[in-house]
Amino acid sequence: MKDFISQPWSWYVSGALIGLTVPALLLLGNKHFGISSSLRHICAACLPGKVPFFQYDWKREIWNLFFVAGIVVGAALAVNFLSDHQPVKVSANTVQALADLGIVADGNLAPVSIFNFSNLFTLKGLVFFVIGGFLVGFGTRYAGGCTSGHSIMGLSTLQWPSLIATCCFMAGGFAVVHLVFPWLFKII
Amino acid sequence: MKKINDEFAERSVVHPDECGAANDQVATESLVGSNLKYLGVGILFGIIAVKSEIISWYRIQEMFRLHSFHMYGVIGTAVVVGAISVWMIKRFNIKTIQGEKVIFHAKPFHWGNVIGGLMFGLGWGITGACPGPLFAQIGSGLVVVVVTLLSAIAGTYVYGVLQNKLPH
Repeated sequence: MKDFISQPWSWYVSGALIGLTVPALLLLGNKHFGISSSLRHICAACLPGKVPFFQYDWKREIWNLFFVAGIVVGAALAVNFLSDHQPVKVSANTVQALADLGIVADGNLAPVSIFNFSNLFTLKGLVFFVIGGFLVGFGTRYAGGCTSGHSIMGLSTLQWPSLIATCCFMAGGFAVVHLVFPWLFKII
Repeated sequence: MKKINDEFAERSVVHPDECGAANDQVATESLVGSNLKYLGVGILFGIIAVKSEIISWYRIQEMFRLHSFHMYGVIGTAVVVGAISVWMIKRFNIKTIQGEKVIFHAKPFHWGNVIGGLMFGLGWGITGACPGPLFAQIGSGLVVVVVTLLSAIAGTYVYGVLQNKLPH
């Protein structure tokens, strides 16, 4: 059992458990699965100012902040106590494609050559942390949801706008990886 | 749209508009006691996010390069399980643990689904993380992702400021 848990989980076990988050939140308290909303609640709680978009009773939505706090704790527990610390396996084709860009697949969750503090004030840091993060925060709110709110909750409730949003998420990701990365990694 | 709206129960409580993660509970909840259960679900979600490696930048690269089925399998299975669960809740009129009817909302289409969706997709490809995995990456020890999260909060704030000037 210990071995089973400490290995990476297969897609069908992981997917089924993530799918069960939907009824779990609904039945525990009529809550709708959606994580990007937490970013809006943080804005509403910390700096509402005179922006109407952030003027609502964020305390009523605070369950969402408890949920994301739980994600941080859960991830820490999983890494420290439920892991066999084997290098993350990456498909050979992706290893090769990344090598062509000058990125070594180092077995971590994310390449240390990009995700470290010494890159913070470099062009690399600007692109990967500041611009990337900004696009995630701006884009998800503009789209009205993210992978959880649209792709999982929205598709589970058979909403066609969520299907369109999901297709656009994927299109954006394909575009950045195939069209932007090849020249981006030449300049940073 | 009207027809779809009719299939969903009317809103019973006031939300911030367009709130993706609505809270439809009528009964009041205590700040800490009631919310601990969502902390618990979050902890389980964080564990799953790490163990499934969906928070790995490499897995997102594999997905957008069509080099691995893993992410498609995870998201596809999650949608199927989620859809069956929602169907069962509706079909058997399963109530929440407080005995309330489960409320569903229509998400009306607007052009933000497309434009914002494309923007988020670009960010997803770069950071290798959607909002959930951002939190999970921080928990897993990638502390520098705190900067990404702060930037995402800033992005959400700028959207809030510009909302009325953007096409929807």
